[in-house]
Amino acid sequence: MTSPLQQKIKITGPSVVTANRTWDGIVIWRTAAQGWSAELSDAAVVRTADDARALLAESVADDVGAIGAYIAPVDVRDTGTVKPGNLREHIRSAGVTIDLPVPA
Amino acid sequence: MYAYDELDRTLINERVSEFRDQVKRRLSGELTEDEFKMLRLQNGVYLQLHAYMFRVAIPYGTLSSEQLRRLAHVARKYDRGYGHFTTRQNIQFNWIKLAELPDALADLADVGIHAMQTSGNNTRNVTSDQWAGVAPGEIEDPRIWSELLRQYTTLHPEFSFLPRKFKFAITASEHDRAAIKVHDIGLRLYKNAAGETGFEVLVGGGLGRTPFIGKTIKQFVHGHDLLSYVEAILRVYNQYGRRDNIYKARIKILVHELGIEKFAREVEEEWLQMRDSALAIDDAVIEDIRSRFTYPAYEQLPHMPDELKKAAHDPHFEAWRKNSTFPHKVPGYAIVVLSLKPVGGPPGDATADQMDAIADLADRYSFGEIRVGHEQNLALPHVARRDLPALWKALDKIGVATPNVNLVSDIIACPGLDYCSLANARSIPIAQELTRRFANHDTANLIGRLHVNISGCINACGHHHVGHIGILGVEKNGEEFYQITVGGRADEKAEVGTLIGPAVPYGEVANVVEDIVEAYLALRARPDELFIDAVKRLGVEPFRERVYATR
Amino acid sequence: MPLVRGGKIAADAFVHVADDAEMPDDGAILISAARFLGEAEALSRRAGRTGVSWPNDRDVDDLVPWLDRLAVVALVFPNFRDGRAYSQARMLRERHGYRGELRATGQVLRDQFVFMLRAGFDAFEVRKESDAEAFAATVKRYSVFYQPTGDGRITALHRRMQLRHSENAGQ
Repeated sequence: MTSPLQQKIKITGPSVVTANRTWDGIVIWRTAAQGWSAELSDAAVVRTADDARALLAESVADDVGAIGAYIAPVDVRDTGTVKPGNLREHIRSAGVTIDLPVPA
Repeated sequence: MYAYDELDRTLINERVSEFRDQVKRRLSGELTEDEFKMLRLQNGVYLQLHAYMFRVAIPYGTLSSEQLRRLAHVARKYDRGYGHFTTRQNIQFNWIKLAELPDALADLADVGIHAMQTSGNNTRNVTSDQWAGVAPGEIEDPRIWSELLRQYTTLHPEFSFLPRKFKFAITASEHDRAAIKVHDIGLRLYKNAAGETGFEVLVGGGLGRTPFIGKTIKQFVHGHDLLSYVEAILRVYNQYGRRDNIYKARIKILVHELGIEKFAREVEEEWLQMRDSALAIDDAVIEDIRSRFTYPAYEQLPHMPDELKKAAHDPHFEAWRKNSTFPHKVPGYAIVVLSLKPVGGPPGDATADQMDAIADLADRYSFGEIRVGHEQNLALPHVARRDLPALWKALDKIGVATPNVNLVSDIIACPGLDYCSLANARSIPIAQELTRRFANHDTANLIGRLHVNISGCINACGHHHVGHIGILGVEKNGEEFYQITVGGRADEKAEVGTLIGPAVPYGEVANVVEDIVEAYLALRARPDELFIDAVKRLGVEPFRERVYATR
Repeated sequence: MPLVRGGKIAADAFVHVADDAEMPDDGAILISAARFLGEAEALSRRAGRTGVSWPNDRDVDDLVPWLDRLAVVALVFPNFRDGRAYSQARMLRERHGYRGELRATGQVLRDQFVFMLRAGFDAFEVRKESDAEAFAATVKRYSVFYQPTGDGRITALHRRMQLRHSENAGQ
């Protein structure tokens, strides 16, 4: 298996690092305070490949706390609000696009 | 039903305790994720988009009411109140917490349910005909052999780290409801001229990115030799299957690259060296397993009881009876299919409340037994025909009596991008839209048998290759697109569908399917020429033309 | 890397000799398959015991003529997900009757011990100290086995048969 750190890192715009929390699996984002948050709005946004690499490196180093960390695109609105950059990330942050069989 | 004995129970409990220890070591950091991943997969635990997903085995698709109630309990206590039945006689829970998984497994183990090898590069849940033991004309109950194989493949010391996953399916009927031709090993049970039970063995079938229909490797393997022959196949595969490329690691690629004749020779050579080993099965062993399957004490009942005659005046009941009940080997009884494909619902999902209700109905009307089929529906396998009207009312109340079994809205779909980390596109909303388009049962009946299968990516969990109409989600420049195939089928005449043209965008899929169906209705030779037969006769061209002429 | 032998952590008597290193005249050595097959004659004149490390993509049939001269066959798990050496182990033990030490090497982790024992391994170069220490407890985890292998553990199927016979006998 190629470690995420050995893969070539290319970003095309503002990005965040996201993963799932080990003990319960929920979606989390890496914060600027070297921690994790379940809110995308808390995520550290990076804009260069070097910064993305550094953020990913510290994220991957937390093997106990999080799994499957990777870089994901985001849109930063004029207001500064951070939104998921594609459908997959939208679904991860907002949930399924269908009605669940049992309302939450 | 198969009754676990003390040994089966002990093994499952030992497995739960091992996994509890593995989870503990993972959460403490003693195990890295790289080390843990295969261990969790071997117990059916995936990481999906939102959470861990937990896949539980329902060997050969047979459940007791007690077991179904326990699945409902797991859905309620550890998940979000529902589960998803898959195409391989498994159930998946989408929101499970790793830290709670050992407890969920222990709760399931109490009733003889496990999640061993529902994922990972090992032999997966052995699947079979969901009507095994009750289908008219069946040669013998294939579940006895399925159970033998289940035991043989469970925690196999040699084959727990194969190049890739490995799936068995068994049928014992003329009509293949277990899709054996798209499995790594497909077994067709029959009796030879001497009246001995044995198997036609197929190998190398599979879907995914390179679909293959399984090829016959040996025309007749005697039942006594089943395990040694299977071991020979697995050993050849374990040694020579490719491990350099995950996409070329399935046995179908090895069979394809070597050619079936050479592969068969390798297997034969290996097999001859061990057919008389401890793997040879004597009749007493088979009888022992057979004796632990219990069958209902059927009554002598009329084929046309008064209850049924009276209910025939209700067109809703009649529509359901004609669509969802099937002949049983015992007169006076019926097999009842419970559609998990309500209009507008996600295919294959059942809520905990529905599961509990179905378990109660199984106790009342089906000797406490439930079946799970690869079409993602359930069945009550032993219903007295006199009980059909009452059962229908109860099923209708809980939303599992949609009379669309085998019709266009009885869609097989994978979870797709709404849940799955591998998916490129969504499957469920496409299926939901199609069920709304074809919600009119008269229209659906007019169309007749038509299987629509949807996968959200090339891994083909939604069996799109073998759908009469297949829909495959792909991603193009960040947008969801769908490739459409026609002419696939998964039964004894299994075939891979043919692509009709360029992929269409998300919003167009339902329109395209409607166009294909309209073209079929206009072109079919007779009202009883099925869609799949019309495609066989006409080829893809008329459908391509109809779909792309205006697009 | 700790070696587990005879069920407990033990000293490794075998010196791993690289392909380009000089062969010692005596003492126990473990060498590569290529070197072993290339110098089989010279090796047979050695006073010390010889072991060979056999890769998992080479047919064990090539090793069969030499099995009675070998004190150790070391099979390799390049990573624990690569299960070819399980087949090799069973072939050596069950088909070719190899009775010397059969050693698991490479990424050998606790969670594979039971499989390895059942396939015929009796020595383990364990990656982690903590796994080696847990060996005795780990291999007791299972008491029920469904498959017959050369390790002689009785299978569930046969235990059932025995139970059935004894029940019948008691009637």
